[in-house]
Amino acid sequence: MKFGVVVFPGSNCDADAYHACKDVLGRPTTYLWHKDHDLRGVDCVILPGGFSYGDYLRSGAIARFSPLMQEVREFAGKGGLVLGICNGFQVLLELNLLPGAMLRNKNLKFLCQYVTIRLENERTPFTRKGKKGRILRIPIAHFDGNWYAPPETLKEVEDNGQVVFRYCDSEGALTKEANVNGSLHAIAGLVNKRGNVMGMMPHPERAVEPVLGSEDGLVVLQSLLEKTS
Amino acid sequence: MKARRHDDKVLAHHNLTADEYDLITKLVGREPNLTELGIFSAMWSEHCSYKSSKVYLKKLPTKAKNVVQGPGENAGVIDIGDGRVVVFKIESHNHPSYIEPFQGAATGVGGILRDIFTMGARPVALMDSLRFGPLDNPKNRSIMEGVVSGISSYGNSIGVPTVGGEVCFNECYSLNPLVNVFCLGLAEKDKIFYARTDDAGNAILYVGAKTGRDGIHGASMASQEFGEDTEAKRPNVQVGDPFKEKLLVEACLEVMERRIIVGIQDMGAAGLTCSTTEMPAKSGKGVEIDLDLVPQREKGMTPYEILLSESQERMLIAARPDQVPAVKAAFAKWDLDAVEIGKVTGDGKLRCRFHGEIVVDIPVSAVVDLCPAYNRPWEKPAGPAARPSGSVPLPADYNEVFRKILSSPTIADKEWVYRQYDHMVQTNTALLPGAGAAVLRIRGSKRGLAMTLDGNGRFAALDPRTGGKASVAEACRNLACVGARPIGVTNCLNFGNPEKPGVMGQFKEAVEGLSEACEAFGIAVTGGNVSFYNETEGVAIDPTPVLGIVGLVEDIDKVVTPGFKAEGDSIILLGENKEEFGGSEYLNLIHGRNDGFPPAVELDREVAVHETLLAAISEGLVRSAHDPSEGGLAVCAAECAFHSPEKIGGDLSFETDTRPDAVLFGESHARILLTVRTENAGRVLEIAAKRGVPAGVVGTTGGSSVRIRVSGNILVDLPVAEAHRLWKKSIPDYFAASKSSL
Repeated sequence: MKFGVVVFPGSNCDADAYHACKDVLGRPTTYLWHKDHDLRGVDCVILPGGFSYGDYLRSGAIARFSPLMQEVREFAGKGGLVLGICNGFQVLLELNLLPGAMLRNKNLKFLCQYVTIRLENERTPFTRKGKKGRILRIPIAHFDGNWYAPPETLKEVEDNGQVVFRYCDSEGALTKEANVNGSLHAIAGLVNKRGNVMGMMPHPERAVEPVLGSEDGLVVLQSLLEKTS
Repeated sequence: MKARRHDDKVLAHHNLTADEYDLITKLVGREPNLTELGIFSAMWSEHCSYKSSKVYLKKLPTKAKNVVQGPGENAGVIDIGDGRVVVFKIESHNHPSYIEPFQGAATGVGGILRDIFTMGARPVALMDSLRFGPLDNPKNRSIMEGVVSGISSYGNSIGVPTVGGEVCFNECYSLNPLVNVFCLGLAEKDKIFYARTDDAGNAILYVGAKTGRDGIHGASMASQEFGEDTEAKRPNVQVGDPFKEKLLVEACLEVMERRIIVGIQDMGAAGLTCSTTEMPAKSGKGVEIDLDLVPQREKGMTPYEILLSESQERMLIAARPDQVPAVKAAFAKWDLDAVEIGKVTGDGKLRCRFHGEIVVDIPVSAVVDLCPAYNRPWEKPAGPAARPSGSVPLPADYNEVFRKILSSPTIADKEWVYRQYDHMVQTNTALLPGAGAAVLRIRGSKRGLAMTLDGNGRFAALDPRTGGKASVAEACRNLACVGARPIGVTNCLNFGNPEKPGVMGQFKEAVEGLSEACEAFGIAVTGGNVSFYNETEGVAIDPTPVLGIVGLVEDIDKVVTPGFKAEGDSIILLGENKEEFGGSEYLNLIHGRNDGFPPAVELDREVAVHETLLAAISEGLVRSAHDPSEGGLAVCAAECAFHSPEKIGGDLSFETDTRPDAVLFGESHARILLTVRTENAGRVLEIAAKRGVPAGVVGTTGGSSVRIRVSGNILVDLPVAEAHRLWKKSIPDYFAASKSSL
């Protein structure tokens, strides 16, 4: 498994994702420059967190026009693995590789904190090391993480089992307080229909070493190392 | 006497005295033109020249074995071993933050970041020391909301974690909030860069954002008191663009890593003027630039405006001619312009051309080094009259007092603030905000970096010398509580108008006090910032020295946190509870007064207490540690329970002749509350005894309440859940209320 971490101008979790894949997982990892047209033969593309192009217009809105995104779109179309974290999730929404859109957090403030999320679907390449119902403690850090979709899209997403993570309390219950940003159906992460593209607001790369306070993010990254069945 | 070219009004507008003007004329060899006058005005402003503070700052201890770079550069540098250094500094952005809280605070973050990466260091941590007026005033809430979102917006976007800091409230900051921003970077020791030009013939390159009319005379604005026309100064505040700065960080670090430049400096206060004079002055050279080549955002800008603009996200680079193409290419990769605007010259002058004409021609040393230093008249502050205790009535209900103190915004939980800051990006944060000090792991090493900001305006108001010492003592104590030893200091000295002898006296005393304390801890001050003129309509803030102290943790796995770890552990108090509540939150909040002596700082004792704790930590005995500071012992014990993941309570008991309110809420220094497994208590007491530190087992962890007995009577007994709720919701409630009233 070779990882590629995309660098947009304004990406700021690129080095963290790189460190997690390269140093913690010990896998070959390379940066992918937004102006390039080359995915350098990676098996999984990670769109990292940050403020691509400053996010002055709308989170992820400009990044989708990057030259490299044409390659990523094609790669995803062929079934390549794409993981969007935080701003990367927002970019995937703007690219229409995932359904829905992000609104401002319900309290209209940036939120940086640990959250607990419940694994809803372990039958994806991103979660096969986990078990449905498992509760993960992973940090969030975003202003626009309030996932929204029109009712028919929401229904489709639910019916297809595309929801991968939901915000929950420490016992796994879906409460209003636990849904810190106000996402519809407390959705914290979802996949496309085919299951090869995932976006999630929590940062798995921030929870991969004991010194950081949690290793729960490894579930996501290590799942990617498993052989495709 | 011959009439001057510029009348008194012009001089007043430029904040220059007639004597200063005559000196400028002498140094330049003729009367300056208006643009040149503007240059001197900015560079000789208090903010840039430290003219009132220099004589005292010289007394700060600035030498120690680990100091690589002391004051005088963009930031201080301390050796941490293994070929690595930390680069850190604190700066104030008080005045702009009052006028325009969001942009004022945001550009404060941008400015301090540039001071760090201009040295070749990657910024890895930010902290903020904030002071506002009371939150029941909607104006103060709006300032605080603006400042916090400004910091959040800039720091989060650029991807440098805001890992700690402090927030305090006092009436004196209502018209003069304090926004002190600290940044720390990591670098390799042999890759530090300085602000210099080297040889004549080298190219001068301008990189980053274009120059606009924003922030003209920001430095002089920060060197004046505010009056009724404050609103009119809003256009003087700069506007920040964190995205541009993020690109600038990456591009600058790249050219420094590749060593394809000679020197670099950011354009902060006084903009292009500052960098085009300071860089050549350090190399004993001059600079000639063509102002028409300076990238401009607006049409029709005058030389005066171009030179004095404080537009953000700009840097000046000196490079050898053969390096220029590589520098340009590196910046182009990040979509940034690098424009060659001039050359280094050998004649020691700053010469600027505009439309082909020479519009500035002055010696750089006159601008940079020859500003007069003032030994301003000062008055020794009137010492506090007496201990207040004789006339302070004992409270009838200690539990009620405790509830009120826990709800006081200065004491209450600051999560509302730090949750808006990304404090985890870069994945080095080993200890999240909320504890006394922040801790970062150092990649590829067992060690960690600890850092803290501390100040106490109330103590300094009562006795500036003690206040200065107290801030150092508390900062070092916070470091000790996580298991770190202090290695270096930066300070931000916030005071009123130095032209008033009373204020100058406060400054002198505070600086001497903090110098003495730094010497006791064997640490050097590597730089910082003086912010005078924190007065609005003639009312000055409490003198507020804020200390940023960095420490080193030898073993990141041994970092200690404040929360109780298990039921049945022994609680030990190092140090003594004294009858000291001058300047305390208790006296201020409950009795509405701030008088008497502030708690005394006995430096020998303070050092011994910290050494005791560090020794116990290195033996692996300590399970939690926290120091009683604002709010005293009762608040300290409660916070240990709040930080405990299981919200474990504690039972404490004190047999003493000291007044019970002083035991519970007094703010005596040199105290630490720690917990150990019961079988290890004896060993800790032994370590303390060896160092002459009074220590004793004062209780046991467990249960679901914080219960404190003084001389046999249970005076404080509150369920942890209730105490936690009061502490947690105080600040959010103020803001929730302000929304519903809209």
